[in-house]
Amino acid sequence: MSLVGWRVTSGEAQAPILKLDEPISFWGGIGDNGEIIDVHHPQHGAVVTGRILVMRSGRGSSSGTYVLAELLRLGLAPAAIILTEPDGIIATGALVGAELYDVYMPIATVSEADYELIEDGVEISIVMRGDEAVITSIA
Amino acid sequence: MLEGDHGPAIALSMRIITELGRIRGAQDLVDIESVHIDGCIFYGQAGLDFAQRLVQLGGQVRVPTTVNVGSVDLIHPSLILQNTDKEKWVAQGGRELMQAYVDLGCRQTWTCAPYQMDSRPDEGSHIAWAESNAIVFANSVLGARTDRYGDFVDIAAAITGKAPRGGLHVNANRHGDVVLDCTSLSQAALQTDVTYPLLGYLAGAIAGTSNPVLVGLPSDVSEDALKAVGAAAASSGGVALFHVVGRTPEAATLAEALGPNVNAPVHHITAQRLNAARQELSTAREERLDAVSLGTPHASVDEIAQAHAATAGGPPMAEGVAFYISTGRSVFAEAKTRGHVAALEEWGVTFVLDTCTYVTSILRPGTRTVMTNSGKWAHYAPGNMGVDVVLATLEECVNSATTGIVTWDRELFA
Repeated sequence: MSLVGWRVTSGEAQAPILKLDEPISFWGGIGDNGEIIDVHHPQHGAVVTGRILVMRSGRGSSSGTYVLAELLRLGLAPAAIILTEPDGIIATGALVGAELYDVYMPIATVSEADYELIEDGVEISIVMRGDEAVITSIA
Repeated sequence: MLEGDHGPAIALSMRIITELGRIRGAQDLVDIESVHIDGCIFYGQAGLDFAQRLVQLGGQVRVPTTVNVGSVDLIHPSLILQNTDKEKWVAQGGRELMQAYVDLGCRQTWTCAPYQMDSRPDEGSHIAWAESNAIVFANSVLGARTDRYGDFVDIAAAITGKAPRGGLHVNANRHGDVVLDCTSLSQAALQTDVTYPLLGYLAGAIAGTSNPVLVGLPSDVSEDALKAVGAAAASSGGVALFHVVGRTPEAATLAEALGPNVNAPVHHITAQRLNAARQELSTAREERLDAVSLGTPHASVDEIAQAHAATAGGPPMAEGVAFYISTGRSVFAEAKTRGHVAALEEWGVTFVLDTCTYVTSILRPGTRTVMTNSGKWAHYAPGNMGVDVVLATLEECVNSATTGIVTWDRELFA
């Protein structure tokens, strides 16, 4: 698999995918240990740390920026995030993490069709080329 | 500004504003006239690191900037419980965070209702406000223009005086797109205080993040009622702008409110739906009342006067009940001058300033059942604090406080 998305924030990563069945709110949805704590979420108990988190969109309170910045500070954040639409809350968390802690977590958006091609558990790499995000599976 | 010729704090803030503008597809930036900050509630080290970095870099706000509640009542610090390690951490971090925002030049307002203060934004002016109830009030009731801002972006906007020109800054995004027809509600229902948080709760559930238009409310419906609508709609949904036909600035008529969205879906709000919404929000199963919490969003002078009137000359508060009213410093000072504060305190009310009973540890350990007149409090408290609630009229709250027994009319809107 190789596809091209759009760069939301800069950075590069290589890690296995954690693809969520439903969007998660960082605020109230992900604990400070990187675990999904929303008991109503189908992947409750999964850990986002070090994974390329793939979900259709962001969700929930603007205080989610705090949670993501805190995960970046603690080294417990996802390796990258892929969405189908840009999300200001998630992007702000990453921008602040980069400013404060020099941790550059890439965020990309992909088309709905490409989103369907991304499979849970597969290891991929993501690199930015200008405003393009190049996403490739590792054979 | 980006190049750093205005100093490193402005350059850092400008990087965040311009990147956010690029991400949101904004064509340019808009000059803003005021900012309301929500980043002053302590959730962890990253928030404190960011504010203190801006202080170290010499950051100062360029436009008048108010601050939301913090995690500490600076006037009555002993109200904040410090029994557990987490409570101690929040109290200490919360105090340092509030100080950092003061150092950045913010006015020490510590209120979620900056629109109840002396200076309010003009109709049509561009502002960058955070905190969902403040955003929806500014857009809907004042006719000012703010998009949904949150932590970190709020202070970056204050330091640069700029925000991305997108979202609700743009006229085309301000029309209503779903109608709530309230014309079947009785005059009695429309004169009942708890009707308005319930209307907001339904509006948020129906509209999600779009712009609901309410039809059939009195043309003189009070700002306090509209405040309750907005706060609840921004809790059950993500509403940042609503219109009330014949009352709010961009809704002289239904046609004006809808603009091109003439085929917006219409939902009929009935007495049965109000009753059902109240039962959905009221989770309490116990008879014994532990506490009453009013003032979410922060109580206005009128609301404090109404609480005074409801308690004056009546029976005393029952033993074992705590009765909180959260409000801002400026409203508190005015209510004090008018004699409401002393009378309510004598009756047993605890005033909470600078913060709110659902964002920090104030309720006594063991508190299980709380009555409130706030849809927002009723929505968040069960999850945040692990308490059960009843959403009630002011009269029901006061009467239950005097008996210590939770009492409410399940068929209020029958």
